[in-house]
Amino acid sequence: MNVASIVNAELPVKLSVRDLDFFYGVHHALKNVSLPLHTNKVTAFIGPSGCGKSTLLRVLNRMYDLYPRQRAEGEVLLDGENILDPRVDVNLLRSRVGMVFQKPTPFPMTIYENIAFGIRLYERLSKADLDVRVEQALRGAALWNEVKDKLQSSGLGLSGGQQQRLCIARSVAVQPDVILFDEPCSALDPISTAKIEELMDELATQYTIAIVTHNMQQAVRVSDFTAFMYLGELVEFAETDAVFTTPKQKKTQDYITGRFG
Amino acid sequence: MSEHIVTAYDRDLEALDRKISEMGGIAEKMLSDAMDALSTFDLALAQQVVSTDHRLDVLQREIEEGAILTIARRQPLAVDLRECIGAIRISGDLERVGDLAKNIARRTTKLVDEARTLRAIIGLKSMHDLAALQLKEVLDAYAQRDVERARAVWQNDADLDSLEDSVFRDLLTFMMEDPRNISFCTHLLFCSKNLERIGDHTTNIAETIVYLVTGEPMPTERPKTRTFGQPSEKS
Repeated sequence: MNVASIVNAELPVKLSVRDLDFFYGVHHALKNVSLPLHTNKVTAFIGPSGCGKSTLLRVLNRMYDLYPRQRAEGEVLLDGENILDPRVDVNLLRSRVGMVFQKPTPFPMTIYENIAFGIRLYERLSKADLDVRVEQALRGAALWNEVKDKLQSSGLGLSGGQQQRLCIARSVAVQPDVILFDEPCSALDPISTAKIEELMDELATQYTIAIVTHNMQQAVRVSDFTAFMYLGELVEFAETDAVFTTPKQKKTQDYITGRFG
Repeated sequence: MSEHIVTAYDRDLEALDRKISEMGGIAEKMLSDAMDALSTFDLALAQQVVSTDHRLDVLQREIEEGAILTIARRQPLAVDLRECIGAIRISGDLERVGDLAKNIARRTTKLVDEARTLRAIIGLKSMHDLAALQLKEVLDAYAQRDVERARAVWQNDADLDSLEDSVFRDLLTFMMEDPRNISFCTHLLFCSKNLERIGDHTTNIAETIVYLVTGEPMPTERPKTRTFGQPSEKS
């Protein structure tokens, strides 16, 4: 499937994956994948375990660079520039393309420092300006009201759902273009999950979002576009409503209706 | 269609399918018995049709409840979701078909005292035969999930509409010939309307079958022919 056939011509594309192949050593984990992430839209990646969805997500901000035997071939264009180019500053890339993981990963610092740390890496701000940015980030993650009176307490003291929102605030603080979510709610209770889904609606108005999820109903609820992957290949990509009510591929239908295996 | 990993899910959907078939069988029999009762003025048979309707109502409620529980339990998607919605819609249409057959049976009890020329009933018999065939075809189309067969039912409803027109003209003629025919023919007019409505419900079922299998809706305009003494208009 080439990107051109599935891009919705009326919608701008923030990030474009073109003919991407990915290898863990000799294992060919992603095979000729092409798809668009439309600007200010939420795109969900779904598929059975081992299909390559998390692998794909991790290419989008070059997380695989941290590991020696992993390599990508092809192109990933962020606003038209190929981020797989070895000359790209990956630290800067990761501030533009943030990531929130399955298990909340707050730094062992105060809530304030969790947010300020990232900002300080890229900008020199006065204390007053930094305070404003920290508050903005925490508001952006719907966490401000719960923590505004304890900014100096440890981030590790928060509940799971709050810690996850702290991680989202951390991503938002450095003013990214894209936020990647890797099963962000798998470790959370239903209420925290609902709060994060609500937050995602808000976040999409300002950022472009990609989310990997095992929860089909969540994908239906939060995303505008869905990519179904199987054994490293992109099987189907379309607007979410279409994928979940009238999927075109039998494999997609079998997966989403629980007929797999 | 392969089976779900959770076998209880298959059983839930099969139960819906089975109950729709049962409703279909009852509705078919009610229609046929109602027509027989009408043409032979058989009061006992008419009464039997009226009392059978209760079973259809019970089945419709069971199907709705079953579909709603399946939606709550399984959060169905794609074809499974369309099956649940389809079952709810089709059971509603079949319940109405039963009501319409019951209404025809009820008219028989009123007609018995006014018995007139049986010529008038011949047109009605033709309408019944076509409506009964449409019902049988659409129920088979559902059982086979056969889109082409469903589309044919959808198309053929135009014939039933035309028949209703000609029955209308015939009955009008009888009424003009002899005012003593008016009461009898008016009852028959209602019966012809009921048969035409049964035809409409079979096209609803046909549309649901197409949606269920393909996910696509039918075109909004079904071919219709209506005259009622005016220049023919396609609406």
